[in-house]
Amino acid sequence: MNPEQQYIELFEQCEAMICKHSAEVLNAPRARAFADFKQLSFPTRKIEAYKYTDAAKLFAPDYGLNLNRLDIPVNPYDVFKCDVPNLSTALYFMVNDRFYGKALPKNNFPAGLLIGSLKELSTQYPDLLAKYYGKLGDTSKDAIVALNTMLAQDGLLLYVPKGMAVEKPIQLVNILRADVNFMVNRRVLIIIEDGAQARLLMCDHTMDKVDFLATQVIEVFVGAGATFDLYELEESTTSTTRFSNLYVHQEADSNVLVNGITLHNGTTRNTTHVTLAGQGAHIDLCGMAIADKHQHVDNNTFIDHAVNDCTSNELFKYVLDDSATGAFAGKVLVREGAQHTSSQQTNRNLCVTRQARMYTQPQLEIYADDVKCSHGATVGQLDESALFYMRQRGIGEKEARLLLMFAFVGEVIDTIRLDALRDRLHLLVDKRFRGEMGKCQGCTMCSGK
Amino acid sequence: MENKEIKKEEPNKYVKELTQEKYKYGFTTEVHTEIIEKGLSEEVVRLISAKKGEPEWLLEFRLKAYRHWLTMEMPTWAHLRIPEIDYQAISYYADPTAKKKDAPKSLDEVDPELLKTFDKLGIPLEEQMALSGMAVDAVMDSVSVKTTFKETLMEKGIIFCSISEAVREHPDLVQKYLGSVVPYRDNYFAALNSAVFSDGSFVYIPKGVRCPMELSTYFRINAANTGQFERTLIVADDDSYVSYLEGCTAPMRDENQLHAAIVEIVVNDRAEVKYSTVQNWYPGDAEGKGGVYNFVTKRGHCKGVDSKLSWTQVETGSAITWKYPSCILSGDNSIAEFYSVAVTNNHQQADTGTKMIHLGRNTRSTIVSKGISAGLSENSYRGLVRVAEKADNARNYSQCDSLLLGDKCGAHTFPYMDIRNETAIVEHEATTSKISEDQIFYCNQRGISTEDAIGLIVNGYAKEVINKLPMEFAVEAQKLLSISLEGSVG
Repeated sequence: MNPEQQYIELFEQCEAMICKHSAEVLNAPRARAFADFKQLSFPTRKIEAYKYTDAAKLFAPDYGLNLNRLDIPVNPYDVFKCDVPNLSTALYFMVNDRFYGKALPKNNFPAGLLIGSLKELSTQYPDLLAKYYGKLGDTSKDAIVALNTMLAQDGLLLYVPKGMAVEKPIQLVNILRADVNFMVNRRVLIIIEDGAQARLLMCDHTMDKVDFLATQVIEVFVGAGATFDLYELEESTTSTTRFSNLYVHQEADSNVLVNGITLHNGTTRNTTHVTLAGQGAHIDLCGMAIADKHQHVDNNTFIDHAVNDCTSNELFKYVLDDSATGAFAGKVLVREGAQHTSSQQTNRNLCVTRQARMYTQPQLEIYADDVKCSHGATVGQLDESALFYMRQRGIGEKEARLLLMFAFVGEVIDTIRLDALRDRLHLLVDKRFRGEMGKCQGCTMCSGK
Repeated sequence: MENKEIKKEEPNKYVKELTQEKYKYGFTTEVHTEIIEKGLSEEVVRLISAKKGEPEWLLEFRLKAYRHWLTMEMPTWAHLRIPEIDYQAISYYADPTAKKKDAPKSLDEVDPELLKTFDKLGIPLEEQMALSGMAVDAVMDSVSVKTTFKETLMEKGIIFCSISEAVREHPDLVQKYLGSVVPYRDNYFAALNSAVFSDGSFVYIPKGVRCPMELSTYFRINAANTGQFERTLIVADDDSYVSYLEGCTAPMRDENQLHAAIVEIVVNDRAEVKYSTVQNWYPGDAEGKGGVYNFVTKRGHCKGVDSKLSWTQVETGSAITWKYPSCILSGDNSIAEFYSVAVTNNHQQADTGTKMIHLGRNTRSTIVSKGISAGLSENSYRGLVRVAEKADNARNYSQCDSLLLGDKCGAHTFPYMDIRNETAIVEHEATTSKISEDQIFYCNQRGISTEDAIGLIVNGYAKEVINKLPMEFAVEAQKLLSISLEGSVG
């Protein structure tokens, strides 16, 4: 049986149940997505964009789904305290693919800002959401997006109206929690209207040792002159598979920073699709991965310079230990007429062992002549002379190596525009290199209570 | 046969005149040519083999390749728009020497035209050759017309002859190496070539011999509706050295011609091979009509320790180029280089680059690729650097720059890096830019026209690669660059 079949059967049998526990706005594109899904098949390694991640194989096992939306008896606010010191965030949780709506904190956000369950809010504001939902995640191109659109029942909505600046950073913690092998399909919709400002930090955590398969589609609309920061931090387990599709659509003079950090994972595939649709738009697209054992991190990015005078900056760094596999594909398209484009792309990778694999494909596709575009990619090891220098000064070899690796990825962390979060990440990365993964303070999960 | 050809040319006279200036090599040489019926089948493969009086093993090789080709599909991964090719509408064998068996006389007929072209390309034949000390094997359509300087080379034990001659006279060598670097199953066009290849050059440099002159092949598609499927095989034995030049031209025709060649190079212990190409097949007219489809598989195998292979190419012609000269670095401490300038103008499309496969220890490779796009053309660099598990201390440096002259053309880079060894150091850099207004203004101020200024700047930009070419080629390559970009400014 091909891996698509079980999902086709599932949807045919459970369509009514899925719709019943969701909202009209989310239900509307399901039929179309299903038709697309039946046309498409899961990408195999024969598909160029999935050359290094065999999606078909990863979707083949049988996972449980919570389509009937049974409550999971856990209060994340009690058990989970992975907060960032000195950083006061508006904290929200998503348990599996369900927004945790009980005991929400009082954040005193200005009136007009909407944050919360995508399902609930789309029942309240159907007209607003119908305008945006599913408009970027094209189901006809990618079977995984189609599958997510078919099955997603809830998620997060963030809506920041025109001109509003949200001072307090917003944090969303995604928790995977189950007793059987489990699949989750979550959806995030972010609308930042003209001139608005917001920052969102999304953390992925896995609480149980069963196999998880998570798909997520994030659609981000950034209006003219708006500023938006999105930080994604993955700290999951080796039995977690994550497929994330992020779509960003930027209007004129908008400024977006996306920083995806994979600290600990199983198999991760992040697809990022940025469209610079208005003049003067700017994107900083950064990413970093530290992987060991048999971990697999694949970042596939695409930046579409659709109009003139836009700028993009891309920086991805990988540190691969043991038998880890890293893949990076970065495509920059400069369309005809997109003059005065400036685009920089850098991908640097450290392979620590013989078994570690790195595949990198920086790509430029340019149809305009008055542009400045460059990309650079390197794969190598730590600088021996730098190591020697440090050892001369009495720093042990292991420590010297750690320091250099730390400095190597430091560049990506430094792009973070929240001081407290940056400091926190420096600490987490340091710990990660020292093999003290996941041992943060306080929280039930880490202290093993 | 001859009359038929001339008639075909008549309707295009106007187009011909119009484009004459742009493509200087668009003459047809009126030599009597024997062309076999169009179409491809097992009979055709057998017929080609029979016409050349080939031994049984070679016919077997061709048939295996043909049968395998039937099971394959044309690759679509390149960043190219390739119109459908009707492989049955092509004649797979054309022999310009068929009428007159006495080769020298036939060469005399060709001479004035050929010489003119050689002048332009800087590949001298006969007299000129004596001056520059070069040995030339001229391949017109499918058959080697004449190999010069053979005797001089023979004294040193160097074999430089057409591949059909080599099959007759050195069957052991050919059988040993043919298909050893590019197997017939390698890709669609390699399979096609293996089935129907008609001629090409064979070079063997014996142990410890440094080839005293530069060897050169000159390829030309002459007859209409024929494909050229030449096959070059170069074997450099231990401690030897050879520099090999290849030049290509074709007459102007408004139907497309197919060129699917294979070049195989074997480099043994401590040997060095330098392979330079100036490719100037007819690129089609300004409207994108006609031109050569250049689908070439070139690969060298640095088999021995301390071996070295260097590819240098200047690509200015062809309507469509699909070409990735590659190196397999299996000998320890072997070195590979790839220097390329690819110019596309009007409707030309090029998808070219290299593959560096590091298998041995301490192997090094350098890639320098310069793409120049003008008009409505598309120019892509596509390259692969692979470092295998056992390739300790592999080192690669790649640089690919693109220059855009016009806002309707495209410049793309698709590098792949597959690294499986932690001691590897691999670097890739790419930039895309246009000629700065300041530079042009500076030239204009000093009385240099914009067109000349562009020629100047482009040559400076490509200098890193052109410097790698042998002297005779370098001068002409510079001129070719200017010719190719003629009319691209305005």
